[in-house]
Amino acid sequence: MENNRKQTLEQIAALFASQDLAVLSTQKDNQPYASLVAFAASSDLAHLYFLTPTTTRKYDHLTANPPVAILVNDSHNEADDIYRAVSVTGTGRAAVVDKVKEKDALALFLKKHPHLKEFSRAPTTAFICVAMHRYYMVSRFQNVVELEITP
Amino acid sequence: MKPVLQSREFPAAGKDQVGGKAWCLARISGQGISIPKTWCVPCAVYQDFISQTRLRDRIFLEINRKPFEQMRWEEIWDIALRIRNLFLTTPLPPEIRKDLADLIGSYCGEKPVAVRSSAPGEDGSAASFAGLHESFINISGTDDILKHIRLVWASLYSDAALLYRKKLGLDIHTSRMAVVIQELIPSDRSGIFFGVNPSDAGESLLEAVYGLNQALVDGDIAPDRWHLRRSSGRIIRHESPVRDRCAVTVPGGVAFTDLSPHQAGTPPLKDGEVRQVWETGKQLETLFDRPQDVEWTFLGDRLIILQSRPITSTGFTDTDEKRAWYLTLHRSYENLQALHEKITRDLIPEMIAEAERLGRQALADLSAEDLCREIEERQKIYDHWVSVYWADFIPFAHGIRLFGQVYNDAVTPEDPYEFMALLEKTGLKSMERNQLLEELAEMIRSDADLRNRLENDLAPGPDHPFTRLLDTFIARFGDLSCTTGSGSECQYGAPAVIRLLMEFARRPAAGTKKSGSPHQRDTAVLKEQYMAGFPAHRRKFAQDLLHLGRESYRLRDDDNIHLGRIESRLFEAVQEGRRRLGDPATEEKDREMLARFPALSAAPAAPKQPEAPAADETAARRWYRSRQIVGQPAGPGIATGTARLVKTPQDLLSFKQGEILVCQGVDPNMTFVIPLASAVVEERGGMLIHGAIIAREYGLPCITGAPRAMQLIQDGTRITVDGYLGIITSHTKGL
Repeated sequence: MENNRKQTLEQIAALFASQDLAVLSTQKDNQPYASLVAFAASSDLAHLYFLTPTTTRKYDHLTANPPVAILVNDSHNEADDIYRAVSVTGTGRAAVVDKVKEKDALALFLKKHPHLKEFSRAPTTAFICVAMHRYYMVSRFQNVVELEITP
Repeated sequence: MKPVLQSREFPAAGKDQVGGKAWCLARISGQGISIPKTWCVPCAVYQDFISQTRLRDRIFLEINRKPFEQMRWEEIWDIALRIRNLFLTTPLPPEIRKDLADLIGSYCGEKPVAVRSSAPGEDGSAASFAGLHESFINISGTDDILKHIRLVWASLYSDAALLYRKKLGLDIHTSRMAVVIQELIPSDRSGIFFGVNPSDAGESLLEAVYGLNQALVDGDIAPDRWHLRRSSGRIIRHESPVRDRCAVTVPGGVAFTDLSPHQAGTPPLKDGEVRQVWETGKQLETLFDRPQDVEWTFLGDRLIILQSRPITSTGFTDTDEKRAWYLTLHRSYENLQALHEKITRDLIPEMIAEAERLGRQALADLSAEDLCREIEERQKIYDHWVSVYWADFIPFAHGIRLFGQVYNDAVTPEDPYEFMALLEKTGLKSMERNQLLEELAEMIRSDADLRNRLENDLAPGPDHPFTRLLDTFIARFGDLSCTTGSGSECQYGAPAVIRLLMEFARRPAAGTKKSGSPHQRDTAVLKEQYMAGFPAHRRKFAQDLLHLGRESYRLRDDDNIHLGRIESRLFEAVQEGRRRLGDPATEEKDREMLARFPALSAAPAAPKQPEAPAADETAARRWYRSRQIVGQPAGPGIATGTARLVKTPQDLLSFKQGEILVCQGVDPNMTFVIPLASAVVEERGGMLIHGAIIAREYGLPCITGAPRAMQLIQDGTRITVDGYLGIITSHTKGL
């Protein structure tokens, strides 16, 4: 079992490294909302990071309701995606973090997205860290595995 | 492939790697013609650099912010500036740096060199793009050469290159740049040879100056010019200019020096040397199979060819005059200095005198015939000044850009617009105007009796300090509703100004709010940092250029105000004509004459009515909102408020404190409402346009180049302007 977990974590890490964008799900007033974010993951997959202007809905929602979900997949919009593509959903808690205090995390993010360096500098751009709770990996249509990162 | 090639290695590397200029030089050298020692950093190094540093992604983001077709040239300049700064602030990866530095050090040592662009396709036989990419003269030391290699790479995305991107086939995925490093020849005489005179196919043309030909290329020194029979090289005629100066190398750059009396009285070339250049030009024409534009120099009596390209480089054959005009805006420091003198010493005093002279004319005393003549005369005067505005004032604004570029080169700041902090607070005419408005508002604030009188439309007496100051204001700045180029006329007078002043008085006194940008950097530190970027002997130049930049910035607004005053004199005369037309006391023959006069026959344009909202606007089926609009951040800060769309100058007069000014473009004569605004949004793009300049002076969030903002933002709705990111967000409730 331990081996399977390790293998799945590696698969998730590889998927995250291959994809620049994730779908972020937030909610407010009982209404879910989805948006795209450029993301990066810590090497242990315990944290996901992204940037957002403070004027956006996602910022408004996640500061009001920190529980969020993210989805990353590698489909190509082809018929065989349904069997070939891997999709990972993660749940966790989002928090605005200090760009100066978390400079290592920001550096990790900007290593993956160097073109967002100017964007990251604006005082109105918030750096968000999602402390991951669980991952759900879907492969070959309906094979689903779950693993917990933090209780 | 070696990261630095010697000229004998160019052929094996291929034209695709060394670019047109290097390739041609290698061929010239192969003919036994002298060229300077030349090396080349092939395109592969450029590609490694932008891939390894991920600079490619950042450039991609920059050039895809907005469709080019929707951009004004100011915005294109802004993109070029930002990309240039990306190249300046992105260090070479250690391995690339070491490989380059080792070879450059061993080839060039501390010898001065020229660092030039050599893009594949540039200087080719089909098209030539002279002047679109950059070259640098008199660079020495490995570090400085490496810095200038990056600047040449950056010039692949120069504003001129972006403007001609289609013709160039500029594409972030495929475009590449090689760099030529050339030993600098301490020339005593140099020039340009045109195999065929563009205006006479039977002639060749030879231009020569003492010293370096940099000044000739920039148009700063008039050359001696020989017209030669193209077939035989026979001298048809020789034109001598007034020879007084020449360009020479000084440590770290190029400077002008006076010619000796002997040189001033002697053409730079003897007839035999003219012949020698012509013969070499012919040889190159045979080699490249078409007439050439050749840069050459003499070192003693040895003729050396610096570069050669097909004659098409004398100009683009496309008919887009705007682009061609835009390219003329790139002025050298020398040229801008001369322009500054002309503008401050002659043109502005002339404009002021003209407006005053016209103001003294008692229009009411003129006969109908004389009034028509006066209107005609004033139209001519105004048209003249509009042409001066395009010919001299707009090009002078390039001083801001030149300073910005030099500042960025010297300081390599993270923020490419950091230099603006050194230009601000230079006493813009519109700031003076706004200060006077503020003084008047303060009188209303602190005097309850005056406020009551004004609220009840009772004007204080002519000797009241308020009336006197208001008269001074109107005499100096008009009644605010006359705006340049808007076609609007002065129809409001003092009551409109008073209405606006009441609005000013409702806001807190200046000094308690918006007392300057909270983000203002310490300009003393910036200036120190800028000056420290120059060696001791270049500091005077740095100081002079800062002064020029500040003057350019100041005049950019002031010239519009002066032009506005001349335009208002024209309107006054037109209004007098209209008044008489409507006056029952006007004699019939005069009325007929006035009615026939073209400027008076058209009725004044009625103020545009705001567009009626769609009838069924609330219906869910028609529900459509623009949530976010992305423009260019042009003034840092964030503000939320009511959007006030200003479509006509009249709209400005009912502008309320704390509203967000949304407009096509802030005319300099409209900037008086900016102290009332909490933020500014303009459809027109550019960091250096008037609205952006004034918004920065007041420390207001500002976004320019917001496409279709006037259509997408609804008047009276709440919006947030994020001046850091350039995002306008409309507030919608619910999901």
